[in-house]
Amino acid sequence: MQFTRTLFFLAVLVLSQPVFLNASSHAELASDSTESAQVVSHEGMSMKEEIKAHISHHLQDVHDFHLYTDTETNTHVGFPLPIILIDDGIQIFSSSKFHHGESVAENNGNYYKLYHGKIYKTDAAGTLEVHDGHVHGEKPLDFSITKNVFSIMAFALMLILLFTGAARSYKKSLVPSGSAKFLEPLIIFVRDEIAIPNIGEKHYKRFMSYLLTVFFFIWLVNLFGLTPLGINVTNSISVTFALAIMTFVITQFNGKSEYWKHIFWMPGVPVPMKILLAPIELLGVFIKPFALLIRLYANITAGHIVLMSLIGLMFIFHSWIGSTLSFGLSVFISLIELLVAALQAYIFTMLTALYFGSAVAEHEHH
Amino acid sequence: MEIPAIVGAGLVVIGVGMGIGRIGGSAMEAIGRQPEATNKIQTAMLIAAALIEGIGFAALFAV
Repeated sequence: MQFTRTLFFLAVLVLSQPVFLNASSHAELASDSTESAQVVSHEGMSMKEEIKAHISHHLQDVHDFHLYTDTETNTHVGFPLPIILIDDGIQIFSSSKFHHGESVAENNGNYYKLYHGKIYKTDAAGTLEVHDGHVHGEKPLDFSITKNVFSIMAFALMLILLFTGAARSYKKSLVPSGSAKFLEPLIIFVRDEIAIPNIGEKHYKRFMSYLLTVFFFIWLVNLFGLTPLGINVTNSISVTFALAIMTFVITQFNGKSEYWKHIFWMPGVPVPMKILLAPIELLGVFIKPFALLIRLYANITAGHIVLMSLIGLMFIFHSWIGSTLSFGLSVFISLIELLVAALQAYIFTMLTALYFGSAVAEHEHH
Repeated sequence: MEIPAIVGAGLVVIGVGMGIGRIGGSAMEAIGRQPEATNKIQTAMLIAAALIEGIGFAALFAV
């Protein structure tokens, strides 16, 4: 019962995305067609260029939590997030000072300007030297709570609440209740299908907490990336990089003598081969986490680009056929993305467990 | 004449597609032969497919 309800909730979330984007884009179209017969929108960009700009903007991390823009009244709906810069000490101010990149923010006598999602130091008038799309200006170190950072914190809190709630329910009785009802089969799946076969009965318990965290974090983040909130945490290569770094560090610190021997002095092969294999194996140590980070990042980014391009087709066709087609296709791709969200979490956890397994493996000597 | 990088990426993607196709096909045959080993075959299939897929993405991002 709980499970079907959760599934239903998720399906509604996913299905609402094209509907939501449809609703907001029809308003935009209406205002455009009154201005001119051709499909040309504001700022002199053609419709195709604007769709491209919209997609690349969506794939970027931003400094405020922007939900949508009402094009008729030109009001932005969302809430600002704190900006933290290291520049003559620490500068902390609200991102509402930028007015969505339209104005120069002033804080303690320093002036900052947003240009394509990056913060540059500027003067009171907000002049920036731009040559061929590259800005020649001072860029202060940016430690802001961006949309991604905010989302990660929110998801972490959500996971902590869910799992502590589940853990507490086991103190009362062994029969799961509340969130444990939903989480127990998934936790057992991670243990029996991912951890034990790859790491082994003897060592798997040490790694369970990390594997569970990674699995549920990636899954939750991927699922929320499909909602109209426009959160795209795993679209950011720095997030997947951090996840891969953690896997890399845990693998190396748990590496037993057998593991290092298999890298630097491969047993069971002639000496010239041992010398040849050592650099290759050493390179492999770094390639493994690199492949891990690229896989997750590329899969999710590709999914988002496909989905947004399909929705963008609506404006290019500019007829009821295009609308119907792209709506149907985007629903279909959304459903595939729902599968990909879980699959990528599974593969990331699975390969992580595989690397841990190779680090702690004790080989039998024949 | 210089061959553009995107052609190389396209060739890599063809190779990746053939590789993953072969893995999927072989896994189907194996499941057909031994349905009781479905779980093990599926896991091995996914790992192999994911490893090949990584090469494809690397090629696409190199362009």
